[in-house]
Amino acid sequence: MGLFKFAQSRSLWMMHFCTGCGAVEMPPTMTSRFDMERFGIAPMATPRQADILLITGYLTVKTLKRVIRSYEQMPDPKYVIGFGSCTLNGGMYWDSYNTIKRLDLYLPVDIYINGCMPRPEAIIEAFVKLREMIAKGEANGWKKYKENIKWYKENQAKVFDVKKWSVIKWE
Amino acid sequence: MVLKIIEYLGIVFGVIILGLLYGGIARKVIARIHRRYGPPFYQNILDVLKLFAKSNEASHGVLFNLGPVIAFTGVLVSLFFIPLGSFRPLFSFEGDIFVVFYLLVVAPLGMALGAGEGANPNATIGIARGLTLMLGYELVFFLSVLAPMIHYRTASIATLVTVQSAFPHWNVFPFFISAFAGLIALHGMMGEKPFDQVIAPHEIASGPMVEYSGKFLGLLQLYHAVGIIVETGLVVDIFFGGGNWLTFILKTFFLFITLVIINAVMPRFRIGQAVKFYWKYPLVISLIGLLIVAIWR
Repeated sequence: MGLFKFAQSRSLWMMHFCTGCGAVEMPPTMTSRFDMERFGIAPMATPRQADILLITGYLTVKTLKRVIRSYEQMPDPKYVIGFGSCTLNGGMYWDSYNTIKRLDLYLPVDIYINGCMPRPEAIIEAFVKLREMIAKGEANGWKKYKENIKWYKENQAKVFDVKKWSVIKWE
Repeated sequence: MVLKIIEYLGIVFGVIILGLLYGGIARKVIARIHRRYGPPFYQNILDVLKLFAKSNEASHGVLFNLGPVIAFTGVLVSLFFIPLGSFRPLFSFEGDIFVVFYLLVVAPLGMALGAGEGANPNATIGIARGLTLMLGYELVFFLSVLAPMIHYRTASIATLVTVQSAFPHWNVFPFFISAFAGLIALHGMMGEKPFDQVIAPHEIASGPMVEYSGKFLGLLQLYHAVGIIVETGLVVDIFFGGGNWLTFILKTFFLFITLVIINAVMPRFRIGQAVKFYWKYPLVISLIGLLIVAIWR
């Protein structure tokens, strides 16, 4: 079992949900300058293959539906990284009428990166921290989502039509 | 009997580990060409272990689940026909080269069946591209392998290996024109750039694998790992003189890394361009090679 735990912490495939402006920090993180592949982290094209859901910046109500649908399609264990101030408290969109302010109400976030924008060094630090958390068994957001599914769905229902956009059953 | 089963299970396990290591080293080589540091060389083994530790993967039906199993089985069975260094193949008879050609098609067809039930449009496009590309490289590969087959009047891989036992008798020297065309065909067979239209991650989201996750994706990774050894091993046996297990590993490794280095600096063809390319240059080259052998005899 220890071997599988080690493999889980050392091999992380990431789906970056790049609708926010934070997406601009991803290309330098992936390519030659900062090279995140040396930590075993590779970008993947579909939620089915991914372990990490990286949310880069603000989420409008319209994109939140898609994020949650993508998250529910990912196989367990899965981790969410909130990237930038917008996922913490709304950031510079704190009084916007069509963005959500706290991602934590809708998805179980394992680790936040603060800043507007966070530099690639900060992103890589978050990945290393997540790696340690997985090895210790502390990154349990996906279990939290399953246990408190009613609460999450109630929060989501305030923003959009949950019945139409969910892929998992909870009632 | 029991000993033989254990021996072949050992070979299968060794080939899987070897293929995964080749894939990991290839990622490292590509990273160094991009002036990156790159993942550790055992990264692909960790990836497969992680995929097998996943739970609740998505499933779209029985055939969807069987698709990766058919692909992996197809490539494993073709492994038993190929002389791997000093290991004798399990099945060896006159005409086994044709059987290997048929078996190499089983794996893409298995993936086509599975991805078809997934009914994802990206997967459908990927499968269509894969079968179209096959029209291109299969013809060239077969014509280039035909040259040594006609010259030695044999259709058995083991016989082709024994006739080129020492270094200067490698088939690549007398049949260098055919071997060149064969190597271009191998490049497409391995799906390296510029022939990676099937799993173009930026266009069609990894094509046939788009709906697969967890254990199914892990099986597909193993299929890919064994496929590396089977395809390079076939070319090494036919053109580069087999060898004992050490030289066999060295030869397949250098052949694979050469293809990977070309892969690292290439963009991607459109599927039409790829087939057009295969039917223009390598096909003519392999036909010239065949003509020379026919006159030379």
